[in-house]
Amino acid sequence: MVGPPGGGGGLENANPLVYPRPGERPTTAREQDEGLPDAIDGREVFDLIRGIHDPEHPLTLEELNVVEQVRVQVSDAENAVSVEFTPTIPHCSMATLIGLSIKVKLIRSLPERFKVDVHITPGTHASEHAVNKQLADKERVAAALENMHLLQVVNQCLSGRS
Amino acid sequence: MKDSLTLLSRIPAHPDSRCWFLAWNPTGTLLASCGGDRSIRIWGKEGDAWVCKSVLGEGHQRTIRKVAWSPCGNYLASASFDATTCIWKKNHEDFECVATLEGHENEVKSVAWAPSGSLLATCSRDKSVWVWEVDEEDEYECMSVLNSHTQDVKHVVWHPNQELLASASYDDTVKLYREEEDDWVCFSTLEGHESTVWSLAFDQSGERLASCSDDKTVRIWHQFNPGSEQGGAGSGTDPTWKCVCTLSGFHTRTVYDVAWCHLTGALATACGDDAIRVFEEEPLSDPQQPTFSLAAHMARAHSQDVNCVAWNPKEPGLLASCSDDGEMAFWKYQRPEAC
Repeated sequence: MVGPPGGGGGLENANPLVYPRPGERPTTAREQDEGLPDAIDGREVFDLIRGIHDPEHPLTLEELNVVEQVRVQVSDAENAVSVEFTPTIPHCSMATLIGLSIKVKLIRSLPERFKVDVHITPGTHASEHAVNKQLADKERVAAALENMHLLQVVNQCLSGRS
Repeated sequence: MKDSLTLLSRIPAHPDSRCWFLAWNPTGTLLASCGGDRSIRIWGKEGDAWVCKSVLGEGHQRTIRKVAWSPCGNYLASASFDATTCIWKKNHEDFECVATLEGHENEVKSVAWAPSGSLLATCSRDKSVWVWEVDEEDEYECMSVLNSHTQDVKHVVWHPNQELLASASYDDTVKLYREEEDDWVCFSTLEGHESTVWSLAFDQSGERLASCSDDKTVRIWHQFNPGSEQGGAGSGTDPTWKCVCTLSGFHTRTVYDVAWCHLTGALATACGDDAIRVFEEEPLSDPQQPTFSLAAHMARAHSQDVNCVAWNPKEPGLLASCSDDGEMAFWKYQRPEAC
């Protein structure tokens, strides 16, 4: 599905723009009441993916503005989660790997009833259609995750170790 | 419409895994299931209950994507992400792996036996379709490697009574093949789907082919013989296949499978929106421009994506389905009165 990162030495985007992190989510009294049902919302989904590490940089997807809360759409009632991510440069060869990491993180974290769609922010990548199609193909995603090397790379992005 | 599809039973066929595919044996007495747990399970009916008769666990190293029974019912072929296809020989309730077909570069996505039982087709993410010849000593020899598709090949299916093969691909097309002077050739490409074509099903006559896609539609293709009005003139001896109906607006996510009942003509679909739908051809519609109507819609048929639907080949209206939730379900379909 995708190759290993950083194979040939130099970074593709050696000096990415780094964005300040917004604050933590304030906890409301309602959320602390365990007697009340808590719907999954955009902020909660964003909190799951903001800390994923970029495969090339010791930075998070949030710090690189690859993921933003405004590009996370959630409908708890319709069991739907949609995330758009923005590669730092339009020819980023890591786009599929980043998308796969976001998808794997959400599939592992959210209740199974959710349909998770991960797309590139329209107009921000040269191979937008091809990457979106691969990420939407669950058979290819399943096969990719049986590839131990690729799984290791994804797990590194998710754990933050490199 | 609500009562036309009734749940008979639900079984955790591949718990904690994904159930990818189901296949009935030709007599409809056994159902094979396969999944992400790398096992094949054989189910048979005892009284009113479906019970697991055998587990075929040691053939493959990775996900088993599809299984197919030979027309005689004595062999089962399994296609796996480990790039191999296994042939299992049935001996009462035991199955023995008698051959492992190697050659594909990566994941084998589908396997199908020709109606004669002497040919087998496989396809893979390596973009190729292979036709294998089977001899009486369980020897399998590759006859042809077809590289017509430009992407991942998702599914292969044979015509119900002719040696005609169809394949569906990530390149959004369907291709048809026939034998020509000891080799196999692609004679037609069916274009129209706007995304990956996931599965195919011929009707009982073989004159029609249904295809289902990531574009959320099902298309019905009809065969027109050369010389006929629709077949066009001067196109040689090959029949022409044309899309005569597109079922759009019914499915809300990828349609993963389509099954055409050879006993009743009902068309069932398995969808990523967790639903099973059944379509019927309008009785008075023009066969060359048919209209299909939705006869049953079971929303939340499973708790996750429905991957496969399979009509029992002997018992009209008995439908099996399976899902990413690891379960399989049995349904009784009855054509609604008004349909």
